[in-house]
Amino acid sequence: RRMDEGTVLSLSIAQIVQRLKGSHLHSQIERQAKDCLHRPEIKLESLKEDVRSFLKTSGWEKKLQNAIYRELHIQLPPSHPTAPLEHLKEPLAYMRKAQASWEKRILKSLNSMSTELGVPLARKRPGAEQKELTNKWNEMGTDEPDLSRFRPVYAPKDFLEVLISLRNPNHDSCEDVCARSHWGLIQVPLNVRDIPQLRQAYAELNLSSGQLGIDDLAHVHPVGSRLFLHSCLFSIAFCVVVVGQDSAAAQQYSRRGCPTGLRADLWALILNSTNQLQLRAGVIQHNLLVDNLIYKDVKLTASNDDYYFVFEDFLYQVLLCFSRDTAVLEHFKYNSATPPKSYLHGKVGDEEYAVVYPPNGVIPFHGFSMYVAPLCFLYNEPSKLYSVFREMYIRYFFRLHSISSSFSGIVSLCLQFERLLQTHLPQLFYHLRQIGAQPLRIAFKWMVRAFSGYLSTDQLLLLWDRILGYDSLEVVAGRYNLNSYFHTNYAVLADLSTLKVIPLIQIFLFATAI
Amino acid sequence: MAGKVKWVTDIEKSVLINNFEKREWVQVTENEDWNFYWMSIQTIRNVFSVDTGYRLSDEQLVNHFPNHYELTRKDLMIKNIKRYRKELEKEGSLLAEKDKNGKYIYLDFVPVTFMLPADYNLFVEEFRKNPSSTWIMKPCGKAQGKGIFLINKLSQIKKWSRDSRTSTFVAASSGKEAYVISLYIDNPLLIGGKKFDLRLYVLVTTYRPLKCYMYKLGFCRFCTVKYTPSTSELDNMFVHLTNVAIQKHGDDYNHVHGGKWTVSNLRLYLESTRGKEVTNRLFDQIHWIVVQSLKAVAPVMNNDKHCFECYGYDIIIDDKLKPWLIEVNASPSLTSSTANDRILKYNLINDTLNIVTPNGEIPDCRWNRSPPREALGNYQVLYDEEQAQSESAEHDLRSRSGQLLGSKGTRGSAGARPAAATWK
Repeated sequence: RRMDEGTVLSLSIAQIVQRLKGSHLHSQIERQAKDCLHRPEIKLESLKEDVRSFLKTSGWEKKLQNAIYRELHIQLPPSHPTAPLEHLKEPLAYMRKAQASWEKRILKSLNSMSTELGVPLARKRPGAEQKELTNKWNEMGTDEPDLSRFRPVYAPKDFLEVLISLRNPNHDSCEDVCARSHWGLIQVPLNVRDIPQLRQAYAELNLSSGQLGIDDLAHVHPVGSRLFLHSCLFSIAFCVVVVGQDSAAAQQYSRRGCPTGLRADLWALILNSTNQLQLRAGVIQHNLLVDNLIYKDVKLTASNDDYYFVFEDFLYQVLLCFSRDTAVLEHFKYNSATPPKSYLHGKVGDEEYAVVYPPNGVIPFHGFSMYVAPLCFLYNEPSKLYSVFREMYIRYFFRLHSISSSFSGIVSLCLQFERLLQTHLPQLFYHLRQIGAQPLRIAFKWMVRAFSGYLSTDQLLLLWDRILGYDSLEVVAGRYNLNSYFHTNYAVLADLSTLKVIPLIQIFLFATAI
Repeated sequence: MAGKVKWVTDIEKSVLINNFEKREWVQVTENEDWNFYWMSIQTIRNVFSVDTGYRLSDEQLVNHFPNHYELTRKDLMIKNIKRYRKELEKEGSLLAEKDKNGKYIYLDFVPVTFMLPADYNLFVEEFRKNPSSTWIMKPCGKAQGKGIFLINKLSQIKKWSRDSRTSTFVAASSGKEAYVISLYIDNPLLIGGKKFDLRLYVLVTTYRPLKCYMYKLGFCRFCTVKYTPSTSELDNMFVHLTNVAIQKHGDDYNHVHGGKWTVSNLRLYLESTRGKEVTNRLFDQIHWIVVQSLKAVAPVMNNDKHCFECYGYDIIIDDKLKPWLIEVNASPSLTSSTANDRILKYNLINDTLNIVTPNGEIPDCRWNRSPPREALGNYQVLYDEEQAQSESAEHDLRSRSGQLLGSKGTRGSAGARPAAATWK
């Protein structure tokens, strides 16, 4: 039974009010309201209005709006109050089952690594070790522990195999194949948007509207008008950030790309992230098995990267703290995944002795650190870097490695990618398949990392501007097609680093004949 | 044009040879008739020495100026810059303006430096003003970080004190090597907690009038070890020196990226974290100090028409985003430490050759040295004295005729921009 709109709305409001009541902001505003009672402009006869107008002029109203805006982003889709929680996380049973068995596999592999190597999942560091770590907190990269025995728990290609094997048991795919053959690897029937729908959703990317990151599109706009456009956009952005402090406006703005000098502030505003990094003590006190995986991953990826090697030490700080951040657990309310559990020694299976492991519920895989690395270009302060990363993770990145039917989940992205390619570039698709190179096998690792490490950083940030602006990872799926569209040579498939992203997306979406 | 360029080199580097071969130039030996000689600085000394009396013809081109060391030897560069400042001051130039502490406002771009042993007493005087400062000792004639060390006590350089009160030639007579000692920049800008310096390439085709070009694809060289200003680490050269030749021996040296970061990365990072305006100002200032250093040596440089030179500028940026000129290399390394490095250096030579040997034809040293814009590749005009003069003449003419200068129009020389931005 579907609920009517009014019920949905009031449910949402009740949910948000409930969540904000316990927040620090709530108590701050309460204190402000109490304190302002002594002010001369507050009259008893118009108390309510006066307090409200005080909160407005002193900027607290804006802060509240931003907090509500954030809640709207991360809250659950309202549904029938009697629906079980797991159905909220993922409505399709076969997806839930696939995710659960994938989780079981990862956890098993983690546990067997622990047994084989004789490294406990967690242990308290002895005093001397704690002291040593405290001293080299800012230069963990200089440490060269022997990590040769550690292997990443899984890599994107392992995950892809799982997605390829997904089937809907209620759907006779044989019939479908005859009717309309699908050449791709993803065999589940999900609705994904086609080009006309994408055009509607990404209207601001239209060729005729101004975009930042289009210096290479000189032929579209004459230089004069482009400069004018840039300066207009810049001043709008400036107003939004400095004057307005308004998340919603910042997000709208980000759809057209952020100017480099304002991106850091705009993103922080869109994500309404607050600086915090108080988890250092947790890292100092305990050593986790996943720390080794994080260490190894940074060494294998960012440390060898032309763009990100400089930030190696920041990455350790952020990722180690992240693994201990129990606030991350909250996102499992809307993530199809469930945090892995481990049991205290000898109590396996006894829920009373179960603990979430790692404490944030996220087991890092090969390439995980690349979600953080590009952000190091924006934030030189670890606490700011941390909070923006965490917010990006619990809003977007988790979807790139969880099995779900969500339209911005990785399964839909893969399917959309294959459909777009098959519909609009059939020759390319056919040719690649003929030579044994399924396009998704090439593109999957790019999508799982949201292109981090595959595009040059300036282009990547322009792409992520749109993820934040449209609040969706969908641009990531569209991305690949565009490249193939204009550069059907294989060099490009191997090296994306010289591409300009946004013009390609624009042209693909708006100049492709349907 | 008939005839192919005949080339020689005494530096067997693939980035050079591949470029010559791509142009289908013909390799000859140095005893044969050659047109283009890419030589080491040892060889240039012989070519222009009085003894050999070698006379270059109009169709011969070499990659160094005869007395390039006026710029590329640490002590001489400092001497020339000091002289240049004094001359400007004498002329009453606005450029030589000083602040209330007696520091040059626009010309304070090299760390305080003295020659040892010659300026030992002057150094001691300066040291005592600020006894907690750290100084860096560098031998005058060596490169790639050889012989460099840091000191923070006078006793550490006793060796260089004057033995006798009168002799200024102690160094030569007693076999002590000449050093320069500079105030150490102990507040460098750190990125990811690491120290770095900038290597920029600058091409000069003539000193009088000065014509110089900045290569857009410079890079940052990072130390592999976390920076600490602590004096206990003074001996650990991996912390302080960014020379690849030094860093290569560190345990953490990475052979994929070689500790190198492109200038465009630096720009993206600074614009993102500090804002566009201060970032532009920094790069303007860097261009400014390169032009000023070249102007400082222009009067003493033997502006031989057979010569051009591609310099490696080393610049350190401090945490207030002020750039400091550390030194200039006459023979920047053409060794490629990574794949990207090879591409960069190949392109550097390619673009350099496109400017100095237009169309890859046999050089004529009387050429006008005004390459068309499309021949510049990744170079951009940094300063063109001829053009700057004709512009300022035009400016004078216009202002005399009472016209208002609404817009200055597009400037051909980037060198004019920092100037205008800095001293007006």
